[in-house]
Amino acid sequence: MGLTAGLRPVAALAQDDAAWTGARGMLELQGLTRRFGATVAVDHVDLEVPAGQMVGIIGRSGAGKSTLLRMINRLQEPSGGRILSGGRDVTALQGRALREWRRDCAMVFQQFNLVQRLDVLTNVLIGRLAWQRGWRAAMVLVGGRFTAEERAMALAALDRFGLAETALQRAETLSGGQQQRVALCRALLQQPRLVLADEPIASLDPRNAQLVMDALRDVNQRDGLSVLVNLHHLDTAREYCDRIVAMQAGKIVFDGTPAALTAERVRSIYGITEQEFAAEAEARRAAERAPAPLAVA
Amino acid sequence: MPGLRWDALLGGVETEGSLAFWMYRLDSWGWLLFETANMAALATLMGAGAALLMAFPAARNLGAGRVVNPLARRLLEAMRTVPEIVYALIFVWAFGVGALAGILAIAVHTAGACGKLFAESIENTGLGAWDGVRSAGGSWAQACRFAVLPQVAPSLLSYALLRFEINLRSASVIGFVGAGGIGEELYKVIAFNYYEEISAILLLIILAVFAIDLLSERLRHRVIGAMR
Repeated sequence: MGLTAGLRPVAALAQDDAAWTGARGMLELQGLTRRFGATVAVDHVDLEVPAGQMVGIIGRSGAGKSTLLRMINRLQEPSGGRILSGGRDVTALQGRALREWRRDCAMVFQQFNLVQRLDVLTNVLIGRLAWQRGWRAAMVLVGGRFTAEERAMALAALDRFGLAETALQRAETLSGGQQQRVALCRALLQQPRLVLADEPIASLDPRNAQLVMDALRDVNQRDGLSVLVNLHHLDTAREYCDRIVAMQAGKIVFDGTPAALTAERVRSIYGITEQEFAAEAEARRAAERAPAPLAVA
Repeated sequence: MPGLRWDALLGGVETEGSLAFWMYRLDSWGWLLFETANMAALATLMGAGAALLMAFPAARNLGAGRVVNPLARRLLEAMRTVPEIVYALIFVWAFGVGALAGILAIAVHTAGACGKLFAESIENTGLGAWDGVRSAGGSWAQACRFAVLPQVAPSLLSYALLRFEINLRSASVIGFVGAGGIGEELYKVIAFNYYEEISAILLLIILAVFAIDLLSERLRHRVIGAMR
């Protein structure tokens, strides 16, 4: 696979790999559960995601959306249930196999989780870490030097989202919207099959939120990657997603097309009107933006 | 104190009351001080290097494991609890009189002391970047290198440079037990109650610490500015 061809191989990879697009489904959750002490954050969730779908997961604060995504990436260990991918049990993976699974399902976080003191290019190249082997891995670890092909790949990804000129700036000098797009570039450099976006726009203003959601849709449609995105704006979910999954108290309470999630449906699920739901999300966003936006080292 | 006289201050080595008379052995003291500074520099480098490697497993927030983490912490404690002078005595006994014993003694103590400070600085960093690297499939070592090291490097460097100053002092004293540097000379003049020589050597050590302070400040700013 030629790295010099920029990001196109990503799409080819996702489409060609029979193991992923095969009949067994690319991502399947079976009774996935996570408990924190007495509380059950995620309660026996069953979900199947075919390749290439853009799924919006909605729910109020504490509904278990973040825990669900973090479990799929195995950042959080499930208390019960299984995660299957192409018939393979992901929950049992360890060591290198686990790192390769994480590489295959790239994660985008609400707080971007970039390395603030590193330049943007290196932040994007972090997506290549799991691809390093043998002495190259040692070189990268000691010297922090990636190959010219990988650097070109990172630049191409940045250029795609209009960030090429920021490549040598420190990440901390970028705005939130730019940082989130850098995080998405990092995700793409992993050449994943699946993108898990955990509240990617919750810390952004409306304009930047739209830019990031457009970028996610572009990744979904042009590269053919499946996208699972946590949102707490129903409007955003309806506008961008093929399918909406609603969670309440750790359980999936709705799973269907955006059209099926009518105002009455929202009311019956959450007991509040759609306006109240949006206002609650807005209030939470304001509360989250109020404290110092990012930990600057 | 030396009997300095204003009228003879800039006189030659033979003139009593001149600076040159006070510092009459500046050539050999200067050389010994240079040796001492080299011991301190090498020991700081070795100690800080070892501390850097051990600080990551010793930090509580990086999940180094229930065996490795306490082990690293206990090891660092052991290294810094024993005074340098005791290590120096042991190493003089093992390797003989000379600078090597002094360097090793200071390096071991530095590793223990810096390791604790390094680990605490690591514990104070947010884990957002750590999650970012781990979620991308980065290994534990890669996450340490790319997510944590860039964030803590400036404070680690500050600690190491402070330690360099402290080590210059230690290297001056450690010569008392025959571990090289200006310490042996200092011990000798103290033993013989040569007060003028004592004050001259102390002044030279203080000047050397000043020089290191100025140099390290410049180095720190250059490195912090360049690290991007």
